[in-house]
Amino acid sequence: MNEDQQQKNKRLAGKLSLSAVAMVVFAIVALPALYNLICNITGLDGRTGRIEKEQALATRPDKTRVIKIEFDANVNGDLPWEFKALTRRIEVHPGEVATVSYYAKNLSNRTIVGQAVPYVTPIKVAKYFNKTECFCFSQQKFGPGEDKEMPLRFIVDPDLPKDVNTITLSYTFFDTKQSGVEEDSAKAENATPQ
Amino acid sequence: MSVRKLKQAVIALFSSVLVMTSSHAWAAEISSLNLRKGVTEVSRNAYDLHMIVLWICVVIGVVVFGAMIYSMFAHRKSKGAVAASFHESHKVEVLWTVIPFIILIALAIPATKNLLLIEDASNPDMTIKVTSYQWKWQYEYMDGDAEGVKFFSSLDKASNDARAMNSGIDVTKVAHYLNNVDNELVIPTGKKVRFLITSNDVIHSWWVPDFGFKKDAIPGYINEAWTLVEDAGTYRGKCAELCGKDHGFMPIVVVAKEEGDYKKWAAAKKAEADAAAAAASSDKTWSKAELMAKGAAVYGTSCAACHQANGEGTGPFPPLKGSALATGPAAGHIDIVVNGSKTNPLMAAYGAQLNDLDLAAVITYERNSWGNDAGIVQPKDVKAAR
Amino acid sequence: MSTAHAEHEHHGAPSGLLRWVFTTNHKDIGTLYLWFAFAMLLVGGSFAMVIRLELLQPGMQWVDPNFFNSMTTMHGLIMVFGAIMPAFVGLANWLVPMMIGAPDMALPRMNNWSFWILPFAGTMLLSTMFMEGGGPNFGWTFYAPLSTTYAPASTDFFIFAVHMLGFSSIMGSINIIATIMNMRAPGMTLMKMPLFVWTWLITAFLLIAVMPVLAGAVTMMLTDRNFGTSFFDAAGGGDPVLFQHVFWFFGHPEVYIMILPAFGIVSQIIPTFARKRLFGYSSMVYATASIAFLSFIVWAHHMFTVGMPVAGELFFLYATVLIAVPTGVKVFNWVATMWQGSMTFELPMKWALAFVILFTIGGFSGLMLGIAPVDFQYHDTYFVVAHFHYVLVTGALFSIIAAVYYWLPKWTGHMYSESLGNWHFWTSIVFVNITFFPQHFLGLAGMPRRIPDYNAAFADFNFMSSIGAFGFGLAQLLFLALVIKCIKGGEKATDQVWEGAEGLEWEIPSPAPYHTFAEAPEVK
Repeated sequence: MNEDQQQKNKRLAGKLSLSAVAMVVFAIVALPALYNLICNITGLDGRTGRIEKEQALATRPDKTRVIKIEFDANVNGDLPWEFKALTRRIEVHPGEVATVSYYAKNLSNRTIVGQAVPYVTPIKVAKYFNKTECFCFSQQKFGPGEDKEMPLRFIVDPDLPKDVNTITLSYTFFDTKQSGVEEDSAKAENATPQ
Repeated sequence: MSVRKLKQAVIALFSSVLVMTSSHAWAAEISSLNLRKGVTEVSRNAYDLHMIVLWICVVIGVVVFGAMIYSMFAHRKSKGAVAASFHESHKVEVLWTVIPFIILIALAIPATKNLLLIEDASNPDMTIKVTSYQWKWQYEYMDGDAEGVKFFSSLDKASNDARAMNSGIDVTKVAHYLNNVDNELVIPTGKKVRFLITSNDVIHSWWVPDFGFKKDAIPGYINEAWTLVEDAGTYRGKCAELCGKDHGFMPIVVVAKEEGDYKKWAAAKKAEADAAAAAASSDKTWSKAELMAKGAAVYGTSCAACHQANGEGTGPFPPLKGSALATGPAAGHIDIVVNGSKTNPLMAAYGAQLNDLDLAAVITYERNSWGNDAGIVQPKDVKAAR
Repeated sequence: MSTAHAEHEHHGAPSGLLRWVFTTNHKDIGTLYLWFAFAMLLVGGSFAMVIRLELLQPGMQWVDPNFFNSMTTMHGLIMVFGAIMPAFVGLANWLVPMMIGAPDMALPRMNNWSFWILPFAGTMLLSTMFMEGGGPNFGWTFYAPLSTTYAPASTDFFIFAVHMLGFSSIMGSINIIATIMNMRAPGMTLMKMPLFVWTWLITAFLLIAVMPVLAGAVTMMLTDRNFGTSFFDAAGGGDPVLFQHVFWFFGHPEVYIMILPAFGIVSQIIPTFARKRLFGYSSMVYATASIAFLSFIVWAHHMFTVGMPVAGELFFLYATVLIAVPTGVKVFNWVATMWQGSMTFELPMKWALAFVILFTIGGFSGLMLGIAPVDFQYHDTYFVVAHFHYVLVTGALFSIIAAVYYWLPKWTGHMYSESLGNWHFWTSIVFVNITFFPQHFLGLAGMPRRIPDYNAAFADFNFMSSIGAFGFGLAQLLFLALVIKCIKGGEKATDQVWEGAEGLEWEIPSPAPYHTFAEAPEVK
């Protein structure tokens, strides 16, 4: 092999190595971001929308339709909490603001920080289901034996597909394995499912 | 070998295959060679589609392999074949690109129709929540006659005993070995039952072949699925996603009952649940014998998978027999069972899964079995420790 | 031709152990890769024997369920990353420079490193089984959270091993691409390259695209496990299903990485023994490229049961069955190559024909699995196990064996023992089908995969499958014997070896000299 050839080979190898490194970055940075983006658009992972202002939707309630909303609660893994929906189901008109409550109690004798993860079915309704107030927006800190009623305020988009008449909203509380609550730090803002 | 001997050998071979296939329990538990038709519209559609694709494959296979095998015999050098010189033909190449494409489109139409049917869980008559645990199922009736009924369903005792390593039990004699549970899921016939499937720990998958679908149980997700069973009967299934050590040992049994029978079952189950709740929450002091009997049952379904029936543990699962925890102060023992282990993620918290009575019973059982002798624990001790 | 350069750094093979440690010769490195792959085949195969032993009869007799799970996990990992992939890289090392008229690989020193990482990675992977808490037990697909929150401590070592394996593969691919792009002899245009070179070029691009994704996936696992991130942990805002998407974004191209070079091998062998040019050379190239492209947009067909929007399921269903078209084109082309040829059936041809038939059977079951509404029944059952063993054992592995038979006389200068080879072939063919064909029935009858015990209703087919597996495993020892015998001696091979063989590698002497094509040949 002559010098020229070697130079050429090294240049090509360098380019290919760069593309391999780019693919690692793609996998770690771009893929999760892309996945979140697709989830937000399609509701792929059942996450519900969060809106700050409910007025936009509340201006045009659709009184002709009645949607049944069911509420479900789960506790993941070893989290020693009791967690339930105080309202099992309600009926609402799309565009109407509704408020229900969940109840949670820390059964253990230590302080635990939990994070509720929402899921809504059928998944195609995720982007039409908007919450203005939810305990899932931030981590919840419960002292030993502490219990709390937690309100959930939501509004169903009047553009909800016509064939949907029942929506099931479910929360699962996970143990964050942390001792303190992360308050509105950049991480919580981005990483917390809504 | 003479021809006669060869003939004998062939006959012997075939008859032994016949004997083999007929002698065993080919019973209703398995349809011998093919996908089962099942008992729902979805499963019958899946079967039909399966047969269509299978036949398409068989026909293509016969044509392609036929041509190939013909060529292997006709175009061999030993027969004096001389190689032709063609090596492309656009006409032929276009043809065998387009024809498969058309076949695929023809296939995609029924496939799409079936998929839309399977994924349409709207307007159910009732809803059951299915939560998977390592390694059992929990069923909760969300509405209807049995609303509020909630129970665990795990491998039945007969199978569980037989499946222990070198148990000495002939598993072929165990009825429904590994296909039976302690508490079956009961559904009414003729009703659209919606399942909300989730998981408490790792990913599992809920599958009853006769219903024609499987759906993953994923922590934080609530997956929807549905079925409508026309005929009463018992339908058996399995966890289909690797979920750890006892993945092979968490069967599903669904009993479909006529509506009247279902209503009766629901009423009885609710009464049973109320009585159990009342017993668990009463401040009654239980005798050791009562606690040990109840504890043995709870241990069998919740603990024995890891800590083993003999309390000696296995692999990463520590022994309870003679352990410091199970023979030391009760408080530590109650804490780890109720809240789980802080150091070993394999030890789950049972505080939310079991009531105070069951917890007291199983802790008592663990403290007084296999030579352990560390006193009894009452439900009120557990309550106080929570 | 190497003698002309003897006074330079070029000379014959040095002797001693250090020759193998420091070698930068593509033939030596190819040999190392192939022996490593064979050793791993035996290791992974012995794990398969443990699995089949436990499944021989219903009831738990030999290993506990946790160990059984680490056996299925390690069997998959070792076979994929230790046996099949290194074997193909080994073949590429030996053959690509000889086929395109290059003196060596483009980056010989890097070539040495990319091999020598492998034994360390393999050792680290195997060592996890002796660690406290046992080895990886979550399947070769290592789905979170079973592989993160609930995994044994040894998982971190498994992750490092995967990193190293990935690193080795990426370096190997860079080398192969650089060799093919820069080192072709004058006149060897892209569309004159042998198909093995073509398929490897496309495979190498696939590897560079997806091995980093695997590295990314295990890196995310590592940080989730140890550094408090939550890519796959719902508690911190992550999502376990994201893991499956990332894994299969790697995993689906990965399965084509293990089959495209096989297509290349078979496309070399069939024309030789049919004594007729390959039918549809350019359509073969385009079909390979379209399969590679499609492999990036079908990953979620492994995940139909996780719950996706219907539109997504339909997209992945359509894209998946579409792969049948270019794959079909390949099979039709092979049959058309044979058609009106003048065929003989030496062992490489036997293995290649077995490949065509049995791989196509695996392709059929693949088509069936792609139909989402029926996949809800097949998914995670033995039907899937049967499917991927038909494409990977009778597909990828058979093509590798065919390649070894085909080029062994060129490598060693001796013909192999025909009778030993025939025994190897016929026992393998019979036993491999006894092993894997009944698994279709088991799956259809409802037996899930990755379970250590089953109801007696599944007993007969499992018994059959186990017997087949033991037979197939033992048959490979014949292969070992044959190869050793062939290296030691045998009938002298001619330069062309096979009457119908065409290509640069058949124009050099047998055995191939240590250095070939120091002067680039002229390709007409």
